[in-house]
Amino acid sequence: MANNIKDVLFKPVFDDNPIALQILGICSALAVTSSLKVSVVMCIALTLVTAFSNMLISLIRNHIPGSIRIIVQMTVIASLVIVVDQILKAVAYDISKQLSVFVGLIITNCIVMGRAEGYAMKNPPVASFLDGIGNGLGYSVVLLILAFIRELFGAGKLFGFEVVTLVSNGGWYVPNGLLLLPPSAFFLIGMLIWGLRTWKTSQVEAPDFKIAPNSSEGEAV
Amino acid sequence: MASNDSTSKTIIVALALCIVCSVIVSTAAVMLRPAQQANKDLDRKTNILAAAGMLQEGVSVEEQFSSISTRAVDMATGKFTDAVDVVTYNQRKAAKNPAMSNDLGDADLAKIGRLAKYMVVYVVEGDAGIEKIILPIKGYGLWSTLYGFVALESDLNTVAGLGFYEHAETPGLGGEVDNPAWKAKWVGKQSYDAENQQALTVIKGTVDSSRPEAVHQIDGLSGATLTSRGVDNLIKFWMGEQGFAPFLANLRAGEA
Repeated sequence: MANNIKDVLFKPVFDDNPIALQILGICSALAVTSSLKVSVVMCIALTLVTAFSNMLISLIRNHIPGSIRIIVQMTVIASLVIVVDQILKAVAYDISKQLSVFVGLIITNCIVMGRAEGYAMKNPPVASFLDGIGNGLGYSVVLLILAFIRELFGAGKLFGFEVVTLVSNGGWYVPNGLLLLPPSAFFLIGMLIWGLRTWKTSQVEAPDFKIAPNSSEGEAV
Repeated sequence: MASNDSTSKTIIVALALCIVCSVIVSTAAVMLRPAQQANKDLDRKTNILAAAGMLQEGVSVEEQFSSISTRAVDMATGKFTDAVDVVTYNQRKAAKNPAMSNDLGDADLAKIGRLAKYMVVYVVEGDAGIEKIILPIKGYGLWSTLYGFVALESDLNTVAGLGFYEHAETPGLGGEVDNPAWKAKWVGKQSYDAENQQALTVIKGTVDSSRPEAVHQIDGLSGATLTSRGVDNLIKFWMGEQGFAPFLANLRAGEA
């Protein structure tokens, strides 16, 4: 059992990462990672929502009618997200102002839905809760890596504190503006997946189809 | 458990879930409302102080705000009015209410649609009368309406500060309206020229400080032409005849 808990918790971090392997939850990974502070709050919010929605759905899993199960899951997730959003507005107003729409979008985050449907519907509450935390961690690792790179090289700051002085403030560093825009997160995620799959070759997917060889000289005439 | 899929069970589960969830959500919303409202108020006051360049670290915002009096201005006459209660009056709501606002029609430089009949301004009073006056401004940029404040010195002409507290412009480009270095460029600029015409403007590129009109010009944000144009338009609108120019003229003449 102890081994099992460790598996459920830490497997999603590198071996079965929701973003890098399952390619879920990309949308918010692009949107909020331009600053570390915001990313950290987003990670906490998503981890909590995933964990608690998994637990609650797992608790009632034996009573959920198959025909409306997705709606039931959505309702639970949406309620939790609204509660998180309200709490953020009450205790961390500045960050909630920056995050607001993306906290709302946790409802449609594929990771939360995916874990509810794929894990919580079949497993007991405690394991589901841990699975939620684990997947939240997997998501957080990727987000924090992205945010670290984007904020450091895009704005010369970490957590809003100046690390390298920008040219515009009389320093030497010319920031890479692209890194502050969402597309840069795409490139970074791509490179991250490349790196991860080079390290853990079992994650490489078999190609769906083979590209035909080039036509040889004789054939092309 | 095949009975899970029966119609009655489906309806019961759906109903029970909805009731439980709505209770949780509404409890959270109601319990947290006072804290949220307090945050909003604090945020608004912080923004007003920041725009005026008066925000000090380490002193409570409430305390700093105590020297500021809140007054309503009638936009038609350009004079202070007591027609609305400044505590409860919401100029954003008023701007949407046909009874409380005027359609701007073609004169809508800042693309705000309707102008509320009354605007709330903040007066910083010292021993020698008005020290600073803080005026609300808003206007459309590239993606969003920018909401902010501009503060004028006691001559009602020199800009003491400018800041936006709400917008959704592109981070790193239009979002640079929040950059302290850019906001600092506004300080000391003259809003009106010698003939008392509105002259403050955001130009494209960098201001040539050797030219006489430089005192009215602000550098545009590089890579954010449309946001810069939006800010230019909204500052022209609010400092112009339809905005606060009549009020400021009255105030200067001591007739407000």
